[in-house]
Amino acid sequence: MKILIVDDEGPARRRLRELLADVAADFPHTVAGEAVNGVEALALAQTLQPGLILTDMQMPRMGGLELARHLLKLDAPPAVIFVTAHDEFALAAFEVHALDYLMKPVRAERLLDSLRKAAARITPAADAAAALAEAAADARRHFSISERGRITLVPVDDVIYLRAELKYVTVHTQAREYLLEESLTRLEEEFAARFIRIHRNALVAKNRISGFEKGTAPEADAPGEKAGEAAGDAAPQWLVVLRDCAEKLPVSRRQWSAVKELARGHG
Amino acid sequence: MESIQRRDRPNHQPTLPDFCSLGMALRILLLGNLGLALMALAVAQPVTAGAWIERVAAGAVLLEPVLIASLVVLCPLRRWLNRLGYRAGVALVIGIEMTITFGVAWFTGSIGGDLQRADYVRDMLVAGVVSGLLLYYFYLRERAFSPAVSEARLMALQARIRPHFLFNSLTAVLSLMRAEPRRAERALEDLADLFRALLREERRVVRLADEIAVCKRYLDIETLRLGERLQTVWRVDEGALSAAVPPLMLQPLVENAVHHGIEPQSLPGTVEIDVRLRGGQIEISIINPRVEGNTEPPGRSGNHMALDNVKERLALLFDLEAHLETFEDAASYKVRITLPVTPVRDEVRGEVRGEENKEARGGVQVERRSVPRIAPGQPASEPRKTDT
Repeated sequence: MKILIVDDEGPARRRLRELLADVAADFPHTVAGEAVNGVEALALAQTLQPGLILTDMQMPRMGGLELARHLLKLDAPPAVIFVTAHDEFALAAFEVHALDYLMKPVRAERLLDSLRKAAARITPAADAAAALAEAAADARRHFSISERGRITLVPVDDVIYLRAELKYVTVHTQAREYLLEESLTRLEEEFAARFIRIHRNALVAKNRISGFEKGTAPEADAPGEKAGEAAGDAAPQWLVVLRDCAEKLPVSRRQWSAVKELARGHG
Repeated sequence: MESIQRRDRPNHQPTLPDFCSLGMALRILLLGNLGLALMALAVAQPVTAGAWIERVAAGAVLLEPVLIASLVVLCPLRRWLNRLGYRAGVALVIGIEMTITFGVAWFTGSIGGDLQRADYVRDMLVAGVVSGLLLYYFYLRERAFSPAVSEARLMALQARIRPHFLFNSLTAVLSLMRAEPRRAERALEDLADLFRALLREERRVVRLADEIAVCKRYLDIETLRLGERLQTVWRVDEGALSAAVPPLMLQPLVENAVHHGIEPQSLPGTVEIDVRLRGGQIEISIINPRVEGNTEPPGRSGNHMALDNVKERLALLFDLEAHLETFEDAASYKVRITLPVTPVRDEVRGEVRGEENKEARGGVQVERRSVPRIAPGQPASEPRKTDT
């Protein structure tokens, strides 16, 4: 089995290598590579195609839990074993959902146990995704978009707004837009600190809002808008003006008070 | 020794306030003048602003010299008064206040010449009652800020040691065992020293040099884990090294700097620690890079807990004479501590107070003197009595 080691601390990676060498007789494997954070690991996972990833939890740029969530988008996701120094919040969720983890400092016997279990078990991706979402205390820092079998990471910081289309959510950045297979409601919950709902079908990055103006939104900008909610097609409504984005998005009446409060809070 | 101290604590005797400290002096001046303003309000006739101001002015002629003379007299007498025991001390302070009041009243009377005998008696009685009330206020205040309280603060801080740090350090040491056993040995010794310092109880002050040594041990271990990602720059004025500081004043702040400024980044970052003597004060700055998008919710980070804790213990030890401020700009985050230069040997108020209590009780103090702790790099001959 090919194994990928992910940890931002050199000594921790070296220790895992040593321990893996110790158990090599009982669990034949090769260490395919090492990565120092989740972003690097995700790229390596796609080229090296390891069967198993041993990953630290807290790392710069992308931690272990977020890495595991993005890995699920791969056609054949590798098994993941988390290696953590101490993380009470995540450990509770790991126990509940039987996700595999090791405590640092790692013992060779425990490592061998986990390797065998991981090799034997296949968790359905949907279950794993739910478990991981629950274990993660923080919002992801990237959206992962699968395009033609590759995973593209879009930093959440780059996203200006998210809009629900018929089956997908479109992710709009300054450069381009992406299709994301997730529900807008879930996204709203996860990223409540960063995005605000301005309309039944749209979340906008709070720090991109530069102002509001009264106007009529072009019909095309409000797909799925029911006649009832629009309350008369010609009536002017509030539009959000966004930095780095030519498009102005309509604010629904239902969301206007929340949005207005945010705008006031910004001064 | 620990058990002896545990038994002692409930008997902690009240002591007179430190009349020499800036904080106490300010409080005495402020409360004295506030009292005057209120009393003038009560006796002003007719009740108009003009009459009130007149009364205040008339009172101030007497009050201000009395307050200032009191501070000048009581400051040098403080240690002697404390040695007499609290009750006798209180009685004497009240006596001294009445005498000063008489003296000042007599003097101003001899200039102005229109004070009558009843006024002397009245002024002295007022001075006695007001001194008594002030001393009672300071007694309550001291009880709220007793050594037991500051010790509880220290223990809260000790309980905050990040488990991540311990387990990651142990992993780092284990990783050295096979390839570089000697480095592993050193790292374990560093870890032992650090934890000894972190877990030590019962110290009200340490030398700044000792606190810096603890930080350096800590940074050595972190460097082992983080490698070149952690760069440190120290600038230390030698003259500040013997000053008294609360234990674990710097280490938690340096740990915060590493945790928030270095760990979340892939690229190397620098933690700067600056210790300067500036106009009779020590200014310590700890600067770390600010990491974009690393806005942890305050509840989850130990950041504020450590900051508040250090701030509180500085206040307990130095009252108004020490400050802790934080600054941030787009690129960096800085904590700055300003504190007075007080040699460990004496003059740290809480410490002196504690010593005197022990002297009053006897016994314990002798044992303590017989085992002075010698800090590395310090001549053994210098008597040090404050470490416990």
